[in-house]
Amino acid sequence: MDLTAMLSKVLIGNGLITAFIVIGITNLIAYKMAGLTKGRIHGSAVAIFFGLILAYIGGGSKGLATIPLFAGVGLMGGAMFRDFAIVSTAFGADLREIKKVGAVGVLSLVFGLITSWIAGVAVAYALGYRDSVSLCTIGAGVATFVVGPVTGAALGASSEVIAISIAAGVVKSVLVMILTPFVAKWVGLDNPQSAMVFGGLMGTTSGTAAGMAAVDPKLVPYAAMTATFYTGSGCLTFPSIFYFLTKAIFG
Amino acid sequence: MVIYGVALLAFCYLTGIFLGDVLGALLGVKANVGGVGFAMLLLIILSNKGIDSGWLDKKSQEGIAFWSAMYIPIVVAMSSIQNVVAALSGGVVAILGGILGVALGFAFIPILSRKKG
Repeated sequence: MDLTAMLSKVLIGNGLITAFIVIGITNLIAYKMAGLTKGRIHGSAVAIFFGLILAYIGGGSKGLATIPLFAGVGLMGGAMFRDFAIVSTAFGADLREIKKVGAVGVLSLVFGLITSWIAGVAVAYALGYRDSVSLCTIGAGVATFVVGPVTGAALGASSEVIAISIAAGVVKSVLVMILTPFVAKWVGLDNPQSAMVFGGLMGTTSGTAAGMAAVDPKLVPYAAMTATFYTGSGCLTFPSIFYFLTKAIFG
Repeated sequence: MVIYGVALLAFCYLTGIFLGDVLGALLGVKANVGGVGFAMLLLIILSNKGIDSGWLDKKSQEGIAFWSAMYIPIVVAMSSIQNVVAALSGGVVAILGGILGVALGFAFIPILSRKKG
């Protein structure tokens, strides 16, 4: 009786269920490690960073899913479940809250998306990317680590570019968490109005929540109010308006 | 029932993706144009309607809330299946892009905060 062979048959035969355990353990370790930073760095950013490390360990074009034992992660993290889960996050957004956000909130959202697009496209172009699909996907990644892959998948970007876009989003998220307490005073981040602007400009929900909490926990809901709409607006505008804009400029 | 919420979410998802494909075809690009965004808009509108008029009860809402809670784990799974080995050469793009994005964001806070809503 070969127990190892039998076990791996069970794990491979039930790939998606195996993925739940793998990702569950990854999250557990990531959130425990984030806890050591006393909430300064949010667990989600650490977990996504761990995900990228797992992809590196897996090697190959499909990351961790290249290893047959972990192929189920490819289904869990594939386009279908990903987009389904992203759509579900819109649930809980209260239409009355949207009205409260007001003109400044909307304006900060618009500026947040435009500045991300500029930052991503400028850096990607400077470092040798020329096709509008890659440029726009990296710009979307600077918006957030979710808008990047959603845009990349919609436009048909390569997995390599999508990985870069996720990494750019994680870098931004972590930077917002760490830097916010230091620059808060300097940029006048001390009232509900500027907190809402901050949420709309930065967009990364985990980044703004953790960063804002380090400045003043009472302001977290204001920052979250606008940040909540950022990913949705990004998923709507990056594969459309921003893609056409990129195409118009770079062909 | 929990499945009602999941079904509503699935309906919004499929409708949004379909709209994105149709819009892509209309605009003559081989891409799904904003499908996920349309699906989110639809879910916001329908779930608000459903809660206000009572047909989306607590149990049904749990069906949507579960997937919402699975969002970060699924994003972690998504990260773990990317071609990171090939992307490493572009790691500088990710770091510089992230830094520039954050810098521009912070720079605009004082400018936009002064405007009155």
